[in-house]
Amino acid sequence: MSEVLIHPPLDDETVKRLHAGDTVSISGVIYTGRDAAHKRLVELIRKGEELPVDLKGQIIYYVGPTPARPGCVPGAAGPTTSTRMDAYTPALLERGLKAMIGKGQRSPQVVETMKKHTAVYLAAVGGAAALIAKKIKKVEVVAYEDLGPEAIYRFHVEGFPAIVVIDCYGNNLYETEPQKYARN
Amino acid sequence: MREIAVDQITEAVKRLCLLANYRLGEDVIQKLESAEREEKSPLGKKVLQQIIENDEIAARDEVPICQDTGMAVIFVELGQDVHVVGGDFTRAIDEGVRRAYVEGYLRKSVVSDPLFNRKNTGDNTPSIIHTSIVPGDRLKISVLPKGFGSENMSALKMLKPSDGVDGLKDFVLETIVKAGPNPCPPVIVGVGVGGTMEKAAELAKRATCRRLGEPNPDPRYARLESELLEAINRTGIGPAGLGGTVTALAVHVEYYPTHIAGLPVAVNVLCHAARHAELVI
Ligand code: SF4
Repeated sequence: MSEVLIHPPLDDETVKRLHAGDTVSISGVIYTGRDAAHKRLVELIRKGEELPVDLKGQIIYYVGPTPARPGCVPGAAGPTTSTRMDAYTPALLERGLKAMIGKGQRSPQVVETMKKHTAVYLAAVGGAAALIAKKIKKVEVVAYEDLGPEAIYRFHVEGFPAIVVIDCYGNNLYETEPQKYARN
Repeated sequence: MREIAVDQITEAVKRLCLLANYRLGEDVIQKLESAEREEKSPLGKKVLQQIIENDEIAARDEVPICQDTGMAVIFVELGQDVHVVGGDFTRAIDEGVRRAYVEGYLRKSVVSDPLFNRKNTGDNTPSIIHTSIVPGDRLKISVLPKGFGSENMSALKMLKPSDGVDGLKDFVLETIVKAGPNPCPPVIVGVGVGGTMEKAAELAKRATCRRLGEPNPDPRYARLESELLEAINRTGIGPAGLGGTVTALAVHVEYYPTHIAGLPVAVNVLCHAARHAELVI
């Protein structure tokens, strides 16, 4: 287990150095998006229109934060269940998205597309929302403000903690690790 | 007849929603700490340390423990000698929820129509209210803000009486294994057995808010709880589903008489952000 410091945007070389089981600490800019925003992005791609964010090399964090108390940025901001984004993810990976942060399994199709386009899936600890919020230094709305907590935000983060769960080689911690501790 | 004004109810519900979302009970914190000591996986230990640190930050800074501040599930025990005055009882409860979620910077996660127009109601109402009438002149309110990462992993099955204890165990285990990392393990598993379909579901939900570590008073059910806990922790799912020896902090089983032809079993999964607050007026 080693800790890797990463600074988006990410290139293929950086992604290839990340292995399932590594813990990473992210500093720089990441984007947020949940189902509703994903749906809109994929609709734009289908229509051949331009996206509100250039996804090349970027990280999307699946999160719908709580509203910020005055003087706090943001409220609590832990990961949401990633499966709900599975249907939309391949289209974004094809657009150059390099990493996703969420919690829970991904579909086989997402994993295959990740391998093909050299991308990585990271998990943040579900329910560690107050701790994660401390690592978010600045929040800006990028698009779809009407969606409230589901809008696309730009987070400026410092030392955001995550774990590489599925690497670009298809190794999947959710499959390998529980087996090691299973006692029948 | 003792009179209780609806304003008091609104105020109590508001306080409980805020308290539950910012601060975990001592029982949950203690279980998380002992889980951290016992966990064999280094990564699992690290996850538990993050969770404990998170809960400390949330309580200290009055930030929600989790960004999914849930749908508010409210259990009310209304003494039959209480007269609620000054307004509508249900509305008073929802008003408390509304104030907590709007004024307390909690996330509004309720949509008005489940199927056709999933429009956010903007104030996290309505809540889910379970009321029982009991002897006495007191009013007890319990609030459980329930996140849907774990709620979505819950399940109900109408078993056959012949399926028995083994059938129940298989179903509980199957539900937890299928849930894997999604409900944010380590989880608390509430099992409701017996009654009718909706009774089993309600029992399962009630089971999740029993004080952690307190076994069912019936020794047969207490033994079932510890056997289920052991079996779940042998799955290896571990903290955050990343492998380990602690998958559940507790299993609570509640039961009720049922029909000669049935064995309903409901499993309600609650995440480590096991938020729950109650008070008596
Ligand atoms: S399952 Fe619980 S801890 Fe996990 S994100 Fe949902 S509410 Fe938070």
